[in-house]
Amino acid sequence: MNTIRRKLLKGSSGLGVLSVAVAAGLLKPTQVLAAWNEAGFGARTLPEALSAIGAGSAAASRELTIKTPEIAENGAVVPVDVITSLPDVESIAIFGEKNTFPLVGHYRLADFDGLLATRIKMGGTSNVRVVIKAGGKLYSASREVKVTVGGCGG
Amino acid sequence: MAIPMKMRAGNGDIRVLISHPSENGLRKDAGGKLVPAHFIKSVTITVNGKVVLDGQTSGGVSRDPYLALKVKGMKPGDRIKASVEDSKGEQGSIEQTVA
Repeated sequence: MNTIRRKLLKGSSGLGVLSVAVAAGLLKPTQVLAAWNEAGFGARTLPEALSAIGAGSAAASRELTIKTPEIAENGAVVPVDVITSLPDVESIAIFGEKNTFPLVGHYRLADFDGLLATRIKMGGTSNVRVVIKAGGKLYSASREVKVTVGGCGG
Repeated sequence: MAIPMKMRAGNGDIRVLISHPSENGLRKDAGGKLVPAHFIKSVTITVNGKVVLDGQTSGGVSRDPYLALKVKGMKPGDRIKASVEDSKGEQGSIEQTVA
């Protein structure tokens, strides 16, 4: 799939070729990966990063839990578990609020069963923020992690 | 060279470990020079060909990126595949059948 995508992206008229490929049934729409979100990952503040992924207005939710260590001695490796009982989860975005580039990962999901876990870098003590899209609505939660030694190298 | 990966899938969850420097372009080496950005940009996980995770990531993910998720309806015999691509266009993938 990636080979096809790369060929398509290298094509002289990338978008045109892509839509033709979709129309011809070569690629199912669900298999067409979106281009890497330059605006979102390049944003230097949380509000900019949120709006770049279309998540400017998320409601706080008690059905969304972020599990992290309370204190991370090494900011280069902070385990983050996103746990939710919300049905029909469509996407999860993870942010280190005070990182130089806050957006760390944005995952589109199907058949999601309530847990996504990863490890992120944090430049210093700040909130980890998670925004979930579920059933067409946005939900948000945050949790502070005290970082002893920053792990972004900035 | 393909990006080395490990995967474990079973009991409704999929765990992927990627061997990668995940440099965000902000870190300085011992000599005080900035290490160029080099990180995983995309991760895709499929179950029997259906995309269950289509992720975009940055150098804000820790070195040797780890990703785990729970997926509904996974059963023995399901074919799980994880694929990644980094900021230099290098790729890696791994497949496993659920035991």
